[in-house]
Amino acid sequence: MSAQDMLKVFITRRIPQEGMKILQEDGRCNLSVWDSDEPVPRAELLKGVAGAHGLLCLLSDRIDAEVLDAAGPNLKVISTLSVGFDHLAIDEIKKRGIRVGYTPDVLTDTTAELTVALLLATARRLPEGVQEVKNGGWSTWKPLWLCGYGLSGSTVGVIGLGRIGLAIARRLKPFGVKRLLYTGRQPKPQAQEVDGEYVPLERLVSESDFVVVACSLTPDTQGLCDKAFFGKMKKSSVFINTSRGAVVNQEDLFDALKSGQIAAAGLDVTTPEPLPTNHPLLTLKNCVILPHIGSATYSTRGVMAELSANNLLAGLTGTEMQSELKL
Amino acid sequence: MWCSRAALGRLRRIGTEIAPRTVTGFHRAMSTLPKVYVTRKVPPVGLEILRKSGQVQFEMWDSDDPVPRQELLKKVKGCAGILCVLTEKIDAELLDAAGPNLKVLSTMSVGFDHLSLDELKKREISVGYTPDVLTDAVAELTVALLLTTSRRLIEATHEAKTGGWGTWRTLWLCGHELANSTVGILGLGRIGVAIAERLKPFKVKKFIYTDVEPRPELADMIQADYVSLDELAKQSDFLAICCALTPETQGICNKNLFTKMKKNSIFINTSRGGVVNQEDLYEALSTGLIAGAGLDVTTPEPLPTNHPLFTLKNCVILPHIASASYTTRNAMSALAANNLLAGLRGEPMPKELKL
Repeated sequence: MSAQDMLKVFITRRIPQEGMKILQEDGRCNLSVWDSDEPVPRAELLKGVAGAHGLLCLLSDRIDAEVLDAAGPNLKVISTLSVGFDHLAIDEIKKRGIRVGYTPDVLTDTTAELTVALLLATARRLPEGVQEVKNGGWSTWKPLWLCGYGLSGSTVGVIGLGRIGLAIARRLKPFGVKRLLYTGRQPKPQAQEVDGEYVPLERLVSESDFVVVACSLTPDTQGLCDKAFFGKMKKSSVFINTSRGAVVNQEDLFDALKSGQIAAAGLDVTTPEPLPTNHPLLTLKNCVILPHIGSATYSTRGVMAELSANNLLAGLTGTEMQSELKL
Repeated sequence: MWCSRAALGRLRRIGTEIAPRTVTGFHRAMSTLPKVYVTRKVPPVGLEILRKSGQVQFEMWDSDDPVPRQELLKKVKGCAGILCVLTEKIDAELLDAAGPNLKVLSTMSVGFDHLSLDELKKREISVGYTPDVLTDAVAELTVALLLTTSRRLIEATHEAKTGGWGTWRTLWLCGHELANSTVGILGLGRIGVAIAERLKPFKVKKFIYTDVEPRPELADMIQADYVSLDELAKQSDFLAICCALTPETQGICNKNLFTKMKKNSIFINTSRGGVVNQEDLYEALSTGLIAGAGLDVTTPEPLPTNHPLFTLKNCVILPHIASASYTTRNAMSALAANNLLAGLRGEPMPKELKL
């Protein structure tokens, strides 16, 4: 194959070997990689995509009209190493007839696992406990010290019972959850599996002991969790968000936590990411913040890399993608 | 914000009734009612039960901290019943100090390694404890600790606070997932089964367990296979210690066990600190014999803040909070009180420990 026939691919980050191997072994690709664990600077991105047929990116790369223009008319496929696609300007991409690959399903279990881990750590006050142990606050076993809220007999509300929301619900069930509520644009037949009750958002918020946000970020869900939302929650309730930071109004969340309007919150996603270290939410004992590690296991990241590589190749060759995003 | 305001209110009221360090329940024929000593400020629901029964007069060590030994020995004198927590050693010395009136010992715990069972049996004292009511909370905390350890939540929260969080990265803070794993349980009792039930939907491939002998009824509930201790160590990706502390299990988690475990395995102990050889655990963690450990129990408790285990990023230590949910501690308090009263009436206890 001549150099001209080679398909130019730009990869915006160092990705797991499982994915690189697939692309390297495919003889048709001329690979250009921003070979770092840190994000590609904007200027480098615009330069790197010039003339590219395919782009493999991460959720930290904003792919908007500027990038697409810089790439030019060769660009046939964008493959993102994520299930979220709020970083992609879908309208612009669709307009240009570019296909999009993403990584649903393969990260569902791991993300649901992390969400439950975060819920339990928040509700049972694990980070506080670890701190007390390290700084000498642990003197002896005490009947009411560090008591938390248990799932047994509780009502759990899931906002967005999609793949991940359902997987979360499945994992919470055996903890003795009494009621599983969910809300969204319409009821889901698969909710039956977890005895899920479809309710309006307001009811979910006011009746749940644990509120778990698992929806995608859209104009409708942007800022959904605000002062009015937190104002309806129970004083003893726990709020968990592992979807996207922008679904939550962080100032309102801070107020709700500080004033005792809700008991605690756990976040794996924030606005921005990373959250600045002087952010008020980081000062609260009853707020647990993780640095967006929902899908962070070795095997899952490897599988995501493989899938995104295969999606990319399918897009380059005009064949069927394993996971294509319908635009 | 974290304390039940109602509970705090009640506690304050009890505290102001009488002298600072003791609380008593007053009744009409006070001097003839059997004496009970409560060794710690337990959740009020249990005290209400004692008070309302009209059956006993009681004194309580009105503090969140343990009663000093000398005070304890003094106060139990002539008691018919003692309600204690796991920090009190109920041994010959204490039972002698209490004297021949002592009929009932009620502990607000499911563990009983702080009780000299031989001495209690010899003196025909009946013993109440609190199994079952705390099973859910303990299983829940064990799973919480397992996930916190395997998914590196403490490291992650630290990075978020201290500026280590740069941006989303493909392999940063990666952990080990439960999906397709083998989970091993050392000591299959109520709590072990409850843990397995909670882990199942995480797509665990296989549950295995070891014990002094097979436990078919319990094992069937979770489809777990009985294996030797060696096999448990070799096959487990996640190993949860759920046994009681006995002379047989003392130090059973030692070099011999850790050297057989997988490099990527996670070790979790929410049973009793004495089951683990902590020096051997430190070796195993620091040399990469196993991937991580989560402990809710240690030797001693509290663990001194300069203990080497604290220097390890892959070791998560909690201050023995497995049963620390409001509803559970209240239920334990109520059960302990009811056990005590039943024992004094010579009736079957709701939960009696067979000696």
